[in-house]
This record gives sequence, structure tokens and C-alpha cells, in this order.
Amino acid sequence: MLTVIKEIKGKGLPLRGDDIDTDRIIPARFLISTTFEGLGDSAFCDERFSPDGTPTNHPMNDKKFNGSTIIITNNNFGCGSSREHAPQAIKRAGYNLILAESFAEIFYGNSSVLGLVCITLDKNNIETILKSIETNPDTEISMDIEKSELSVAGTVYKVELKDALKSSLLNGSYDTIAELASNKDEVKTFEKNLPY
Amino acid sequence: MGKNLFQKVWERHTIKKLSNGQTQLFIGLHLLHEVTSPQAFSMLRELGLKVAYPERSFATHDHIIPTDNLTRPFADNIAEEMMQAIEKNTSDFGIKLFGIKDNSYGVIHIVGPEEGLTQPGMTIACGDSHTATHGAFGAIAFGVGTSQVRDILATQTISINPFKVRRINFNGKLNKGVYAKDLILFLISKLGVNGGLGYAYEFAGNAIDEMSMEGRMTICNMAIEGGARVGYMNPDEKTFAYIKDKPYAPKGADYDKALTYWKSIASDSDAQYDDIIDIDVSTIEPMTTWGITPEMAINIDENVPQPTTPLMQEALDYIKVDAGKSMIGFPIHVAFIGSCTNGRIEDFRLAASILKGKKISPNVQGLAVPGSVIVKKQAEDEGLDKIFKDAGFEWREPGCSMCLAMNSDRLVGDQVAASSSNRNFKGRQGSSTGRTILLNPAMVAVAAIEGKIADVRKYL
Repeated sequence: MLTVIKEIKGKGLPLRGDDIDTDRIIPARFLISTTFEGLGDSAFCDERFSPDGTPTNHPMNDKKFNGSTIIITNNNFGCGSSREHAPQAIKRAGYNLILAESFAEIFYGNSSVLGLVCITLDKNNIETILKSIETNPDTEISMDIEKSELSVAGTVYKVELKDALKSSLLNGSYDTIAELASNKDEVKTFEKNLPY
Repeated sequence: MGKNLFQKVWERHTIKKLSNGQTQLFIGLHLLHEVTSPQAFSMLRELGLKVAYPERSFATHDHIIPTDNLTRPFADNIAEEMMQAIEKNTSDFGIKLFGIKDNSYGVIHIVGPEEGLTQPGMTIACGDSHTATHGAFGAIAFGVGTSQVRDILATQTISINPFKVRRINFNGKLNKGVYAKDLILFLISKLGVNGGLGYAYEFAGNAIDEMSMEGRMTICNMAIEGGARVGYMNPDEKTFAYIKDKPYAPKGADYDKALTYWKSIASDSDAQYDDIIDIDVSTIEPMTTWGITPEMAINIDENVPQPTTPLMQEALDYIKVDAGKSMIGFPIHVAFIGSCTNGRIEDFRLAASILKGKKISPNVQGLAVPGSVIVKKQAEDEGLDKIFKDAGFEWREPGCSMCLAMNSDRLVGDQVAASSSNRNFKGRQGSSTGRTILLNPAMVAVAAIEGKIADVRKYL
């Protein structure tokens, strides 16, 4: 069974930018596979490396953010494709919490089922947090799921954590299959009465 | 108070409320392709689960399939492995595959409608964000991730929250050279790439009523580019006529029964909406993108805007275009006509009407990739393939091809593609520095002829 998630702690990765799409998170050529294995190494690959292979100044290449487990980014994160490969790559790269101004819907759903927690906060507070992490990369961040509170260097922010996700994290049911399958008799009756 | 189509279809497919507060929603039709399904089948095997309703799932292969040489095994070993996986998975679990073996494959969102699988009042899901395409028939259709593909295979249901509904009225008379693609690009340019977050879009108005089913599919297809996971139109006589006599359409008395249901789920005249937007289509001209999101689109008569955000500046730098200048004259290297957005018969007819008797620029590689075997055959019966080939286009086998470049159809370096597809994201077409200009198919044909972005209206 899945584990209950009550608290997430770690260092932050400042990933500035709006509309960071799924092709940027994981380019389509890495989807040529029948598994999700190894995707973590390819997360943000084309953002992190120039065509000739030299590393860019992407924050994931910056030593001072080594070991970070929390992504802080801007608006409409994860827009584009429905590929679950995108949250799979992020999770496998070691991240378990993403703070953004907003998320694209399919990405949000795909992340939630994996226990990759997506929370939102307004632009100004995100800017404050980004600056704080850029200045002090070792800043400890902690997220209290029950209270929907994010603590960054002593400041506590009330973040938006959607009810459905919160309850499923707290009772360990964020992977939906067990509950869906438990209703199979109701589904059977329902299916017989469908007009098609 | 009346209800809209979304509300009616949602209620008709609700099993119950789950402990997380979300709806357990029944999925009437599940579509599968080779990229987002193999992991789902692996999870089923690991959990020892069966496919609950295999007769409600249909598969094809489209993303990785080559469009030049279909000899098996494919030159790309992993692509071959993915093909074998979808063949084995569908065979093991008793799911119909529209495959290469019986020559019935194509882009999943083109195959569904042309087989008559897509019908009004259905809930349709697929591990692909462009699933809203099927909404053109009055279905509630949306993309899902691989874990949800697993959920649907195992239970035929998913856990999901309902959407708000925004009605978008496209009224007025279309200008010359303006097609469905321009309408949706215009809408996204006005509302933004996340303007539709949390919404299902109901497209309506006389411009939609007068539009072909192909055009309606183009519009619904790109709802997700504006942030809306669902887009749909109310079904009408055109919808019913399209479905009738298709292989999987209900027949005889079943058809009449289905028709009653289809008509019953249309939005009531007094239906309520969370938001309503009116667009006068006579204000829309042929559109072109200039940047790295579909929102960065302008009328062809407009100039590239001055940057007001870091993202806009990033886009100008990436595309290598100057603010304040027209996109007309911007050189291109590849012209791509195809994809689930504009890979249907009407799109090839339109492009062929421009290309007839002309040659494309020697500096341009022209790629015509029909959306399915059926589209390809139809085009060939009409002699369209000859027009494309005579003009200098390569007439390829069906597939997603250069829309997302998961096969060998890829941009090289920072080449520019004039593309009838749906996304101009950085690196989308197979090169991490490749550049994409999204256009309607007629504008792509004109760009191919001139070797640069041009105004289609002078060819009409």
C-alpha cells in the first residue's frame, strides 16, 4: 500500500519561468521506451545542455542547488502534453513537491497520483521565496500537508493544496486504483444501463 | 433551468463520489496508442488485474511509426519494441488494434471518428492531450496520464473533478483565407495558454454551425493549447450524417435509439454557463505564430509584438525574430502538413488547391503526412497525392510524424518548420533548437511555395 504523506522537507530549486511545458520537462525522444525507467536523468535535458552537450546555466546544473527536492516555479507549469513521463521524470530526478502560481490540469492529475505534490501560491510570495532561495540555497523548506502551510526560513505561507489531494495524501490513497476497483459491482450494473 | 451538454453527459456517467471528494466517472470509450500505454499494461500485470471491459478500448499506433519505410522490424529498435508491445498487449487483453498488419491505422484522433467509434454523449479518454478532438461530435473527451490509462483498463472509470463550462460563440462571416485553425489560434492568442484552466469549452455560433466536422475537430483539438482539457460542440444533423454508416456506428433500430440519446444530451436553450465569450469572426485574419507557445500568435497583417515579459523575450531570441516586424518573409526550411490538428481529408484538399500546378521552393522540404490510411486512400482516389508530389512534396505514410518528431521525421539544428500541427514549444519538432511556426494548411502550402511565411489571400 501507499505511504501516508504528512510532511515534506527539503531544499528548493528556483526554476523561474511561465508556461514551462512538458516538452521542456521531458523531450519526446525520451518517450521512445516501454518503461519510465531512467527518465530522471533526462529531466529538463534540452534546458540543461546545449546541442553540443555543454551544460547551460540551468539551476539544476548549479552545484549550490545539489540535493534540492522542492521545485519553485511560476505560472502554468506542465502545460502541453498528457505524458505522465513529465512528472515521472521530475519525481525520479528526486523532487517530491512543486510550488507554482498555477499548474496545467493534466500535469497536476498525473503528479497527484504519483504522490508528487503540487501546491500553489500567489506571484508575489513566490517571488519572495525564489529570491530567498537564490540568496540562501541551503534554506530549509517544510510543507505541513494537514495545515496547508509552507515554511521557508521562518516565514509561514498559507498555500493552496486542493482538498482532494490533501485528503488522499493524508490517508495514503492518492493512487486511485484500489478505491476505483472496490466499486466494481456498481460499475457493472451501471455499464449495463448505459445507452451505448 | 436547463442544462448544458457537459452537465448532462457528466451526470449520466457518474458512478459515485469518492472518499477524496472527486467523481468516479465511467469512461464509455477508451482509446490507446503505443507511447502512453505500455507502462499501464505492465502495471496491470504487476497488480494481477484484467481489463474490465476490453470491448470499450480500441488501439492504434501513431506516434513512433515511420512514415517512409514500414518494413519490419523498424530501423529504430526501440520503436520496433514499442510496436511489438502494443501488438502483444492488445492481443493478450483482447483489445481491437487498428494496426499496420491490417492496414487500418492512423492518428488515434482521426481513426476514432472515421471508424464511427466517436459518438455524441460519450465520455472518451485517451493517454493523449489532444483527445478533446472527439468533442466535435458532442462527446466529453479528455487526455489522461498513464496511471489513469491503467485505471480505465482495470475499472473503466477514473477519479476526476468536474469542469466549469465556458461557452464560446463564434459568430459572423469568415474572411477569405480564414479557416478553423485560425479561429482557435485567435482564441488562444486572446485568452492565453492557461485561459481555459478548469474549464470545458462549448464552442457555438453560426461559424461553428456552418463548419464541416473536420473543421470542428481542428477547433476542439486545440482546446488544450488554451488550457482547456475539454472542448466540444453540440451535435447536429452534420454530426449524425458523418457517423451514419461508419463501421462502428449503430445500425438499423440501434441507430434510431442512439439518435434519440444523441439529441437528448445537447445543451438546452436555457442552459447555464460559468462564462460566455462572444467572438466576431469577421475580425479574424489568417493567423501565424511568432513565438514558443500557441498564445504567441498574431493576424498575418500584424507585427510581432514588443516583449513585455521574460518569456516573450526568450521567444524572440529562440525564434530569432524581431519585435515590431511582420512575420511575412520569415524564411522556412520545412513545410509539414499533417497531425491530429490538420491531417484530415479536408486539410489536404485545401493545401492541394493552393499547390496545384505550382512548385515548392528548392530550399524547402515538403512533408505531406495523411492522418490515417483512410485519409491517404481518399486523397489518392481524388488525385491529391499527385498534386503534392508534382509540387515537390514528399507524400508519406500516415502517422504523427513531425508534429512531435518521435520517428525519424525531425528538424535539424535551428531549421524553421511551417507546420499545420498544434505546438510550437521549444524543441517540439525533434531538434532542441528547431523552430516552429503554426499555420493553417493553406498558409503552410503558400510558405512552401515561397520558401518563407506569406499571405495566403493573394493565392485565393
